[in-house]
Amino acid sequence: MVGILHFPNTTIGKKIIMALSGAIWLGFLAGHMVGNLKIFMGAEHFNEYAHGLRTLGEPILVYGQALWIARLVVVPALVLHVWAAITLSLLNMQARDSKYVQHRKLNANAAQLSMIFGGIALFLFIIFHLMHFTLGVLVHPSFNPNDPYHNVIAGFQSYFYIPAVIYLIALAALSLHLYHGTWSMFQTLGLNNKTYTKSLRILAWLVAISITAGFALVPLSVMFGVVG
Amino acid sequence: MKLTLRVWRQKNSNTQGQLEDHQLDDVSPDSSFLEMIDDLNEKLTNEGKEPIAFDHDCREGICGMCSLVVNGVAHGQDRELIKAVTICQLHMRNFHGGETIVLEPWRAKGFPILKDLIVDRGAFDRIIQAGGFISVGTGSAPDANASPIPKKNADIAMDAAACIGCGACVAACPNASAMLFTSAKMGNLNHLPQGQTERYQRVVNMVTQMDKEGFGACTNMGECEAVCPKEINLDFIAQMNKDLITAALKGIGPTV
Repeated sequence: MVGILHFPNTTIGKKIIMALSGAIWLGFLAGHMVGNLKIFMGAEHFNEYAHGLRTLGEPILVYGQALWIARLVVVPALVLHVWAAITLSLLNMQARDSKYVQHRKLNANAAQLSMIFGGIALFLFIIFHLMHFTLGVLVHPSFNPNDPYHNVIAGFQSYFYIPAVIYLIALAALSLHLYHGTWSMFQTLGLNNKTYTKSLRILAWLVAISITAGFALVPLSVMFGVVG
Repeated sequence: MKLTLRVWRQKNSNTQGQLEDHQLDDVSPDSSFLEMIDDLNEKLTNEGKEPIAFDHDCREGICGMCSLVVNGVAHGQDRELIKAVTICQLHMRNFHGGETIVLEPWRAKGFPILKDLIVDRGAFDRIIQAGGFISVGTGSAPDANASPIPKKNADIAMDAAACIGCGACVAACPNASAMLFTSAKMGNLNHLPQGQTERYQRVVNMVTQMDKEGFGACTNMGECEAVCPKEINLDFIAQMNKDLITAALKGIGPTV
């Protein structure tokens, strides 16, 4: 196979798949975060927004269609991202078949070194998050599919705030993942060079901070009684 | 000054290696690092022991032959004190008396250990053979200014061409990736008019060969550029990625 169909077989091709699927998720997270902030406009507005996600695009699309189209983009993107991460990590481990007795790193920061561990943590968090707010099974005390506002408030207030703390820990992992991931995306797609490196690092930092902070506002506000 | 050397000793590529301790009592701070190993080898030879095998050639930092991981850092560079040198350019004045120095070979699947501190870097030769050249008719040399080249491109090409192929990038990379080397070895040609004809075939072939040799993938940490004795930077990897995407969109497949 030649061309872009050959990408899954090569190291750089896998990295490109990783970068593009990561970009899809970055866009998804930005939209998700902005939507979440509607919680501060009250129960009625928030529930209307949640329902609006299902009626989006009517009358051209039918009920729930827009949401399913979005799911059909983000779920395969996640599968590809995880697949690329696993295959590349295994390859990278095999590439150093004899281990150094002593190996010092000069440049790498915590965000870079924790990519795979942060990724694993985020993957487990996504499962928890779907059980918590989408399916409402096991980890939610009083799930009501027709009242998302209640689900959020009760979900974060329940079990001595443990779910809320899990969210905050996951968001810390997300900020590190986004900081290195966003800059890496430009580098891997060949859109980085000396002129822009510094600007892109700042952009990655802003992306990581703003998305994480936007998400964190909701559980923090519930914990401190600002909403609910 | 007195030093303890913990050196990796390995009989050949089929046997297991281990660290071996050696004491040196009278090391001159003016001697180079390799001269210090020469002294140790002389001592070992006089004692009837096997001297330590290590690679070296020009000893002036331009040939790319010497290759030692010193205290966990390729070419023994410490970012604050000393940078952009090969191990042959490092002097004993950078070390303290009484120190223990750990010496290891480059470690990568693509660089099998041949003996002690010597590794086989033939993989780099095969990557070059896959595309690190231009095909031109021979004959008398053309005028130097026959093809106009923007100064910026000439500078970038020269920066890439500074690569001496020592392999420190692979040694330092947490993934044993050879992307800095491979990108530099195509970066010089891809920035010049003479390299344009084979540009996209070159990137596909060299990357394919790089993968075949068992090197890892880049995770954009920059450990390679931190130890590169010629200060080659990550820009070349970005350029290689961009050219590979273009080649893929053009539908160019590997011919190696």
